[in-house]
Amino acid sequence: MHELAICQALIGQVTDVARSNHATSVSDIFVSVGPLSGVEGPLMQNAFPVAAAGTVANEAKLHLRPTPIRVQCDECGEESEVAMNRLVCDHCGDWRTQLISGDELLLQRVILDNTAAGVESNV
Amino acid sequence: MCDTCGCNITPGNEHLVAAGGHLAHTSSGGESVEVLKGLLDANDHQALHNREHFSRHEVFAVNLMSSPGAGKTALLEATIEALGADMRIAVVEGDLETENDANRIRDKGVPAVQISTGSACHLDAHMVHGALHELDLDGIDVVFIENVGNLVCPASFDLGQHCNVALLSTPEGHDKPAKYPVMFRAADLVLITKSDLLEVLGDFDPDAAESYLRQIANPAPLFNLSARTGDGMTTWLDWIRRGAGEHQ
Repeated sequence: MHELAICQALIGQVTDVARSNHATSVSDIFVSVGPLSGVEGPLMQNAFPVAAAGTVANEAKLHLRPTPIRVQCDECGEESEVAMNRLVCDHCGDWRTQLISGDELLLQRVILDNTAAGVESNV
Repeated sequence: MCDTCGCNITPGNEHLVAAGGHLAHTSSGGESVEVLKGLLDANDHQALHNREHFSRHEVFAVNLMSSPGAGKTALLEATIEALGADMRIAVVEGDLETENDANRIRDKGVPAVQISTGSACHLDAHMVHGALHELDLDGIDVVFIENVGNLVCPASFDLGQHCNVALLSTPEGHDKPAKYPVMFRAADLVLITKSDLLEVLGDFDPDAAESYLRQIANPAPLFNLSARTGDGMTTWLDWIRRGAGEHQ
């Protein structure tokens, strides 16, 4: 259940973004998760409220966007979309491939609320 | 991946970067901020620091991962017995509770730091950093980090090691790389441990294990090993010596 540790890291980053944008709360958090990152979406959704409690993201909704697993073949150069335990080229069948997407664990975007007025005057 | 050169932008997310720009406003008036930061950035930053620390001391750092009971500590005991005379070894032990494994290593005359993770199912770079404060690396050639026995969570956390070694013990079955692709994809070397049981079990096929490993596009070497009989130990010890030589 390392998803809790991952959520705690996420909350740390979201808190930094909120602080640097003078926001007092966060309404939405968008994270892209590749299946090969080793993180399970439903477990992350369960862990999120625990990590978010008492932070600027207390009321935030976590949106997880799964990314496809794609490999490029070293032999024929073609790209394929594949299953997580079969990273083999769909075109020529060779196993020597490079992962080009599918292991991401990326905070993409947050939506901030209650952004303090008068930011310019603080600059 | 980092946040400065754009290498965290992949074909899976580049459309999100292209659209909108860095700041955009939502219809509800909230401010939308693009971040594009890896969730494990803090861990990865610490791991980088750990790796530099190892390299500065000319230490070869190896992260051992497997399910519980695959024989990580037994392998370390046999490795210390075989290499102890010509190589200086230290061990970082990760377990949920007890100092049992660290004591087994200390009994062999090798410094060991126990990390008791409590309920945490994996080691992370910060825990290893804390342990390194208790370990004098001067004169050490190889540090083994024995991760928490778990084929899932440890795979997601870089510790600052130079190589990952995954142990797959014969009673577990040869299809483990297909069942735990994240772990076995991360392995730089796979050891099929408890090879002395192959005859007794009769249904573990090392060639099938290799085939499953290749199907997750991992070219890592794998071979049979028994810490009890010594089968495969020469190949394993040569691999360590080579790694240690590369980090002198």
